[in-house]
Amino acid sequence: MSQASSSEALITMSGVDKWYGDFHALKGVDLEVRRGEKIVLCGPSGSGKSTLIRCINHLETIQKGRIVVDGIALDDSARVVDAVRREVGMVFQSFNLFPHMTVLENCTLAPMRVRKVSPADAKATARKYLEKVRIGEQANKYPAQLSGGQQQRVAIARALCMEPKAMLFDEPTSALDPEMVKEVLDTMIGLAREGMTMVCVTHEMGFARQVADRVVFMADGEILEAAEPETFFKNPQNPRARTFLGEILAHH
Amino acid sequence: MGLPEYLFLLQGLKWTVLLSCIGFVGGGIAGLMVALARTSGLPVLERATSGYIGLFQGTPLLMQLFVVYYGLSLVGLQFEAWQAVAIGFTLNASAFLGDIWRGSIEAVPRGQTEAARALSLGYVSRMRDVVLPQALRISLPATIGFLVQLIKGTSLASIVGFTELARADNIVSNQIFKPLLVFGVVGAMYFALCWPLSLFGSWLERRLAAPTR
Ligand SMILES: Nc1ncnc2c1ncn2[C@@H]1O[C@H](COP(=O)(O)OP(=O)(O)OP(=O)(O)O)[C@@H](O)[C@H]1O
Ligand SMILES: [Mg+2]
Repeated sequence: MSQASSSEALITMSGVDKWYGDFHALKGVDLEVRRGEKIVLCGPSGSGKSTLIRCINHLETIQKGRIVVDGIALDDSARVVDAVRREVGMVFQSFNLFPHMTVLENCTLAPMRVRKVSPADAKATARKYLEKVRIGEQANKYPAQLSGGQQQRVAIARALCMEPKAMLFDEPTSALDPEMVKEVLDTMIGLAREGMTMVCVTHEMGFARQVADRVVFMADGEILEAAEPETFFKNPQNPRARTFLGEILAHH
Repeated sequence: MGLPEYLFLLQGLKWTVLLSCIGFVGGGIAGLMVALARTSGLPVLERATSGYIGLFQGTPLLMQLFVVYYGLSLVGLQFEAWQAVAIGFTLNASAFLGDIWRGSIEAVPRGQTEAARALSLGYVSRMRDVVLPQALRISLPATIGFLVQLIKGTSLASIVGFTELARADNIVSNQIFKPLLVFGVVGAMYFALCWPLSLFGSWLERRLAAPTR
C-alpha cells in the first residue's frame, strides 16, 4: 500500500559515521526517506538502530557525513537543530511523558512554547489529536493514572500536536504488556494510512508487513539490506538478515 | 523575667528570622544559578562551580563569616556586621543549595530532557517547564532540612557581634541570672520557627506527590 505520492526525499542521510568514543556505532550510513514513505528499521540488539534515528533529530551528533531534513542541512547550531526538531516528532520506548503535567498539558506545552500558539488553539489541537488516538476522555488525568498503552498513545498525540512532517519511533511497543501492543500498533497504522512519513524501529514484523514501504536491516552499525517487506521476508539476501529473521520468527 | 527581657529576646528573634530569610532568598537565587551552572554541560562552568561548592562545604561557616567580616576589611572592604553576615550566609547557602539542587536535577530521568529536546523546546523551557518542577519535588526533603539548619546556624552571627536570638539569650541570662528559664524560652522560640517549617515541608511534599499516584 505504498502511498509515497512524490518521490522527493524528506530525510537524507549520506555517508554518516558516528563514534561513541572509540566505538564505531554508525559506519557510512546512507538512507533516503521519501515524503510519505514508511520505513521499518530492524536488526540485532546493539546494531545502531536507535543511534541512527536519534541522529535524525540531533539527539546524537555525528562525526562524518550529512543529514538533510526537509531541505535543512543539520549542523550543530541551535537554530538549525530546533528547526529540524520542529518538523520531526519522536516516540520513545519508555514514553517519557512529563509526569507532573496532565495529558492535556503534555500536549499543549511544545506548541505554545515553540510555535507560540495561543493556549486556546493549543488545547483545541491537543483535543483533536487525543481524540484521534482514542484517549480524549483522559485529557485531565496525569500520566501515572494511565496504562502503558494509553501513555504511549498520549506520547504519539503529544508529538503530533507539533504537526510534524515525519515521525520517528524507537521500539514504541517493546516496553508494553502484550495485551497493549495492539492498540499502539493500530494507532500507528492509522497514522501511516493518513500518509505520515515514518521511520520505525520495531520488531513487530506484522506491522512491517502491513505498513512498511521498505524494511531496512542493520547490523554492527551498517545498513546491510533494504527491500520491500514481501521481498525481505520471503527472500532475504544477506546471511545475517536471514539468521536474524529466523530468530525473530522463532520468538513470535 | 519581665517584659523588657521578653521584648529584647523578641528583638533577637526578629534578626534571626530576617537573617534566615536573607540567607534563604539570597542563597536560593544564587544556589539556583550554581546548580544550573554545575549541570550546564560546559566544562569551565562545571569546574568553577564544583570548586565553589567544595570550598564552602569544606570550611566551617564560622570561618566564612570571619573572613567576610574581618578578612575583607583588611583589603579595604568594610561591612557592617549585618551586611557581613548576610553576605556570608548567602554564599554558604548558595553552595549547599546549589549542590542539593544539582543532585536533584541530575536525578530527573534523562528521558525527560530528551523528550523535551525532541519537541524542540529550548533550554529555558526545558528547565522551567520540565526539569526544575520535577527536581524541586525530589529536592524538597533536603531543601527543608537545610533551611532548618540555616535557621539554627544563624546563631553563629553572634560571633561577629550581631545580636540575634542566641546572643540575646546570652545577654539576658547574664542579666537576670536565670539561665535555665531563658534557655527554655529561647529554645521554644527556635522550635516555633523550625517545627512549622518541617510540617510545611511534609505537607508540600505530599501535595506535590499527589498527581503522580
Ligand atoms: N551513549 C553511548 N555511549 C557509548 N556507547 C553507546 C551509547 N549509546 C549506544 N552505544 C553503543 O552503540 C551501539 C548501538 O547502540 P544502539 O542503542 O543504537 O543499538 P540498537 O540497535 O538500538 O540496540 P537495541 O535493539 O538494543 O535498542 C551499542 O553497541 C551501544 O552499546
Ligand atoms: Mg535501541
